[in-house]
Amino acid sequence: MLLEIKNLHANVEGTEILKGINLKVNAGEVHAIMGPNGSGKSTLASVLAGKEEYEVTAGEVLYNGKNLLELSTEDRAREGVFLAFQYPVEIPGVSNTNLLKTAVNEIRKYRGEEELDSMDFLSLLKEKSKLVELDQKFLSRAVNEGFSGGEKKRNEIFQMAVLNPTFAILDETDSGLDIDALRIVANGVNKLKTKENATIVVTHYQRLLDYIIPDFVHVLYKGKIVKSGGKELALELEEKGYDWVKSDKAEAVV
Amino acid sequence: MENKIDIKNYYLNQFDEFEKSLNGEKSSDFHKVRKDAISKFAELTFPTQKDEEWKYTNISSLQKHNFSPAAVKANVSSETINKFLFDKMEHSLLVFVNGNFSPELSKLIDIPKGVVIGSLAEALKNNNPVVKKHLGKYAENENYFFTTLSSAFTKDGAFIYVPDGKVVEDPIHIIFITKSGSEKILTQPRNLFVAGKNSQVTIIEHYVSDEDSVYFTNSITEIVADENAIVDHIKLQEESNKAFHIARMEVDQERSSNFSSHLISHGAEISRNDFNARFNDEGSECMLNGLFMIGDEQLFDAHTMIDHAKPHCNSHEHYKGILQDKSKGVFNGKVMVRQDAQKTNAFQQNNTILLSNDAVMNTKPQLEIFADDVKCSHGATIGKLNDEAKFYLKSRGIGEDAATAILIHAFASDVITSIKIPALRDYLEEIITKRFNQ
Repeated sequence: MLLEIKNLHANVEGTEILKGINLKVNAGEVHAIMGPNGSGKSTLASVLAGKEEYEVTAGEVLYNGKNLLELSTEDRAREGVFLAFQYPVEIPGVSNTNLLKTAVNEIRKYRGEEELDSMDFLSLLKEKSKLVELDQKFLSRAVNEGFSGGEKKRNEIFQMAVLNPTFAILDETDSGLDIDALRIVANGVNKLKTKENATIVVTHYQRLLDYIIPDFVHVLYKGKIVKSGGKELALELEEKGYDWVKSDKAEAVV
Repeated sequence: MENKIDIKNYYLNQFDEFEKSLNGEKSSDFHKVRKDAISKFAELTFPTQKDEEWKYTNISSLQKHNFSPAAVKANVSSETINKFLFDKMEHSLLVFVNGNFSPELSKLIDIPKGVVIGSLAEALKNNNPVVKKHLGKYAENENYFFTTLSSAFTKDGAFIYVPDGKVVEDPIHIIFITKSGSEKILTQPRNLFVAGKNSQVTIIEHYVSDEDSVYFTNSITEIVADENAIVDHIKLQEESNKAFHIARMEVDQERSSNFSSHLISHGAEISRNDFNARFNDEGSECMLNGLFMIGDEQLFDAHTMIDHAKPHCNSHEHYKGILQDKSKGVFNGKVMVRQDAQKTNAFQQNNTILLSNDAVMNTKPQLEIFADDVKCSHGATIGKLNDEAKFYLKSRGIGEDAATAILIHAFASDVITSIKIPALRDYLEEIITKRFNQ
């Protein structure tokens, strides 16, 4: 098993947001987590990535058998965890290339590998930028600065492609995307899928799941997973709306 | 306070010694300037925090030391100087050791005819008419305690004169190195840079020490940019952390001239920079940029003033500070737009990052506007490194130290990138890397 979340509780500024999440993810799987606004989707993504403002009060997360919550944010990334941000941060003065070069080499150092030389690194960037149809000019631009919403999301998937994670969480990567950008982003994610890695797609809308076909769909509501099923669950949700879950939550599964 | 000396009496006494050391030079015209200055010095009082211009800058610790203005010889090897050169850049180099010009360590390359690059002492000895016309005319003694001190003991410094229409393509690099060992010395470089009409020159003033010693640098730089002249000035301060550095730069700009200044500083125990620029005629541009990086209990102070006395001039000022430990920063930037100065564009900004809870920044951007058709803005920010950005970098596998270094590079980048010399930009990036990415 790649990832196992057991009875995870987490607070933000003293308010409990996650109230006992249980989830198992195997290598090769794509899981979708859906839910209404405020259900805790982004909190779950941030807790897995190690954001400090989130305080885990109970439960544990095993990743490749390791206690993920004990690792620093950077060590999680070096172990192969990747978070595609819902709101990618703009960093003026830092180029995309500089960020990725530092990241790739810090990860390689952690794993006891040689640093990539400039030529190899640049050809890696070129190859991966094609995957999300990102123009080369974005490589030298400051990270996300002045990027459109769609460009920011494509940049997230581009970074994911370069860092080649074992476990990725895409936090509402579809929100605000037009249909072309959505197709490009989804296409990138699909191409990155292997038998060894796994992805959690966090989304509010079913539409993304037309492009990224999940193996499992989970519905998060008020900090708990209240329904799990196959990809047809997403369609059912789309049809009936979240009110269906809200009224139905008594029969929570998992 | 322990061992506080009466700094005024001390230097008044030292002046007698200094006069004796001048021998025949005592009878020169210029010596009258020194004598006027020492009597002015006797009238002024040592600046304290009661003085508005020194409100946040406590320099009383300067009075614990009796810094000797007497010349102290020291051997400096060219290997030592090489440490402060910029890679891949061949350029003219002037070296001053403990305030005195060192011809052996200096070299001049490709200097156009008529251009003078050398020592002020030499120019004074030769009664150079340019020196006679300009020296001391901009950095006046009035109310400047440390200027009178410099004027009284004026001996040497860098003198550059670029006649009308001449262009000096390569930057002129001036290194002031202090090698004082255990002696507490005062060096007072007195620099004069005069750029004639339609001339162009780039000058780097570089204050260095490879020792951890206590000394006092009191420097004065006067710059004249005549009509349509282009003057780029960069000042780098890489001095001992125990040094005291007090500096004043006065810039006089004539019609359509273009002056830019970059101050990049590691600070000292105390460093104070007064940078003043004046527009005497229309159509000129002035840029004052700065980056200071201080730590421990260092105190850094930048006091700037841009005087828009005439219409149609543009000024741009951006100072950035990075403070660690218990360091203290002061920025006081004044932009004066006089009644005459219509169509002025003035932009002023000061941003500071505090990397520790104990660091303190006092910033005071000031705009005084007496004209009614002008575009002016000013502002200041004091904050921490952006936590969101840091988390983003870490989530990509970048560790705490590297993430901090990246964000500091990014913060400093707009000041660094406005420097036009690539080799110098690389040198500065290296300085930042060394300082923040250990």
